[in-house]
Amino acid sequence: MWKGPIAKMDIYLLEAIINGILLGGVLALLALGLNLIFGVIDVVWIAYADIVMCGMYLIYYLNVEFGWPLLIACAVAIAWVAALGVLVHVLIIAPILGSAPINQLLATGGLLFFLQSFATLLFGTDFRNIGVRLPILHLGGVYISSARLLAFAVAGAGAIALFLFLKRTFVGTAIRAIAQDRDIVGLMGVDQRQIYLVTSAIGGALAGLAACLLTLQYDVHPFIGNTFGPLLFMICVLGGLGNMIGGFIAAFVMSQIISIGGYYFSTELSYVFAFTFFIVLMFLRPQGVFTR
Amino acid sequence: MLSLVAVSAGYGPFRVLSDVSLEVPQGEAVGVIGPNGAGKTTLMRVISGLVQFYTGAMTLEGRSIAGLPAHRMVEQGIAHVPENRRLFPRLTVEDNLRVGAYLPRARRHFAEQLDRVYKLFPRLKDRREQTAGTLSGGEQQMCAIGRALMSNPKILLMDEPSAGLAPLVVAQVFDLVQRIRAEGLTVLIVEQNVQQVLEVVDRAYLLEVGRIKLAGTSAELKNNDFIRKSYMGL
Amino acid sequence: MTARHAMFAGLLAALVILPQFVPPYFMHLLIQILLWGYVYTSWSIMGRFGFVSLGHGAFMGVGAYVPALLWNYFGLTPWIGIPLGVGLSVLLGLIIGYPCFRLKVVGHYFALVTLALSQVVMLSIVAARDLTGGSLGFTPRAVGYSWFALQFPEKIYFYAISLVLWLFGIAVWYWVDRGIGSEALEAISEDEEAAATIGINVVREKLRVTLISAALTALGGAIYGQYMMYLNPETVSGIAVSLQIVFAAIVGGTYAAVGPTVGSFLTISLNEGLRVAFGTNFIGAANTIYGILLILFIIFMPRGIVGMIEDTVKGRWRGKAAFYGVIRRPSSADQ
Repeated sequence: MWKGPIAKMDIYLLEAIINGILLGGVLALLALGLNLIFGVIDVVWIAYADIVMCGMYLIYYLNVEFGWPLLIACAVAIAWVAALGVLVHVLIIAPILGSAPINQLLATGGLLFFLQSFATLLFGTDFRNIGVRLPILHLGGVYISSARLLAFAVAGAGAIALFLFLKRTFVGTAIRAIAQDRDIVGLMGVDQRQIYLVTSAIGGALAGLAACLLTLQYDVHPFIGNTFGPLLFMICVLGGLGNMIGGFIAAFVMSQIISIGGYYFSTELSYVFAFTFFIVLMFLRPQGVFTR
Repeated sequence: MLSLVAVSAGYGPFRVLSDVSLEVPQGEAVGVIGPNGAGKTTLMRVISGLVQFYTGAMTLEGRSIAGLPAHRMVEQGIAHVPENRRLFPRLTVEDNLRVGAYLPRARRHFAEQLDRVYKLFPRLKDRREQTAGTLSGGEQQMCAIGRALMSNPKILLMDEPSAGLAPLVVAQVFDLVQRIRAEGLTVLIVEQNVQQVLEVVDRAYLLEVGRIKLAGTSAELKNNDFIRKSYMGL
Repeated sequence: MTARHAMFAGLLAALVILPQFVPPYFMHLLIQILLWGYVYTSWSIMGRFGFVSLGHGAFMGVGAYVPALLWNYFGLTPWIGIPLGVGLSVLLGLIIGYPCFRLKVVGHYFALVTLALSQVVMLSIVAARDLTGGSLGFTPRAVGYSWFALQFPEKIYFYAISLVLWLFGIAVWYWVDRGIGSEALEAISEDEEAAATIGINVVREKLRVTLISAALTALGGAIYGQYMMYLNPETVSGIAVSLQIVFAAIVGGTYAAVGPTVGSFLTISLNEGLRVAFGTNFIGAANTIYGILLILFIIFMPRGIVGMIEDTVKGRWRGKAAFYGVIRRPSSADQ
């Protein structure tokens, strides 16, 4: 099936590349969420990855401890994390909206601390897995995890849904508008506060969706946020903070580096490459590669 | 329809307007003229709810609208075309208009209103998918006015519609104002271009240093010595 | 002014005499408070001007591991190893700082870049697990009492070292504060563009304070490693440490030199209190409380505890003054 130059390529490398693309899917989804929130509210939720962690724990408990069907658990998790997003905004962000941006960053940093430790308190530091084993597909000589494929497909669908929402609906257009000129949207009857809440809910929902997709592949533990959180920030900064398309593309670029780097070296080293790549790119284009 | 009585307003400790009273009768066009820094834009922002006033009273069709934030003012039927247009630069023309129709009651009639605006401004229809930031000055003004009209307002506030536009385009804009008036809309215009605005409005107020200095019909003001000397260079 | 001096002198005297009366366990606590207080102070030397780094774990980690590795593998005395570690940290600070400042990477972007940096350092340490032991940690070779190896089984030695280090940190804080650089830094933190137009070399000033902060932090990491005789990438590098540093400095308050130390005292006391009360039943309880406190502090007391005391004493209670920003010193216009 794979002829020519691709066939000459090491089959494992090809696998790594494909897996990289699939991994990029979930990261891209999260990047969309972070960028959406930043673009509209002008805050970076440092604890975004940990909010995903909350969703993962909920799915684990609903599915494994209470025996709920996985799909229901996922749906509930998405709604719950969306609500969490609103809560975060109301309790932590809204009170300090007017203050120095660094305060907002630090406040969400406090949230990160809190979420990770509270999870440790509640669940201990063990790794937990929902024990779902999706088959490994064998396509044209390449082994692909179907869990990853599913995650990629769903993430893609989520991204398209978000795109349509923003482009076609009134609320979505208002969200795009508020990101461009916050002060005068009121003149069109748009309630700023309401839009912030909706945006936080959407950001939370995207995190919840990501949680569903991640539980299929990975164990959950209180510090799982640290494994992809910093990566996520780098992706968003690389693509330009607030630039949803830039972040989307950057997610795939970075996951390729990690996947290929992990193939040639070790996983940790591949992250080091990714970070180094990020820092080098920062030097070349500090505003983010795709910023207008 | 719109009535301000003894309104004083400003930004925190910086008072800009003192004891301003004005009336905009239904169906009429009223102008507010005055030099830079007189407080004309602040006046607009007070009426549209972007700025809250300290003291005084403000009513629309007899109902008090004091203290309402901007998005509630729009519900009441006040639409404000901001100074310098303030379009959403990276949204298309149609998207800008769509934001204008955000109110639930406006959304229901979105298609109707869109048609109405495109009929008023055929050029906008040609450019409906174009990014607003790339429009010419005159087209942007049309888009801004159109956006305000999407909420089907009772009264339209226009803040310096001629600002930054070439003279030919300015004439077009004021022509537009006439057309809007012909549709029965009540208009309040704040302007520096005294000559042009007095041709278009029924009555006007002179605002200097935050206070109303003169008021009268446009005919009266056109013949007023002070106005002629200070603002029309005659 | 003199009241402050007297209080400080009194505190110092107490600290010097204390070891005579206090059991080794409390000395251990005091050493922790002083060492971490020193690290937090080092951070706040740049943090107080609004240059918030979320990556000081990187400097601490490098400063701690380099001398330890050199000692174990080459028998190189920490007297040389530590300066090398500090030098490497400074180099790291330069590599990140120079481009960032030159290209105007500030605020959010800078914080996120430094966050990434601390992760890289931690991951590098873990990745080199053959050398460093990875997540299992690294133990410097113990040789008992030795000035050459900078190892002392009796706590009094490290107590003295910590005390001196802590004073050194405070001294540098004042040196930066009183120096002409601090006014330039205040101007820069207020408005970088404007500062540049009046002739301030923005890049050089920011770099200078960053490198000082990095060097001091690295030194702190090194001494911490020598004292604990055990290094773990999670404890001396990575996000958690970086955030811990920022948190303690903020809670204590970055406006005063002793602020961060107060933060250290509070966090360590809290930790110990919880440990004594609950044992190992509630791992994570302390950090949970830190997290909540950090959020509450930022919303209600952005100037930290010392700042709040100062405000109350001077009758400037502002309550919800999150407006002024956690780190920026209020300008004279705010008085």
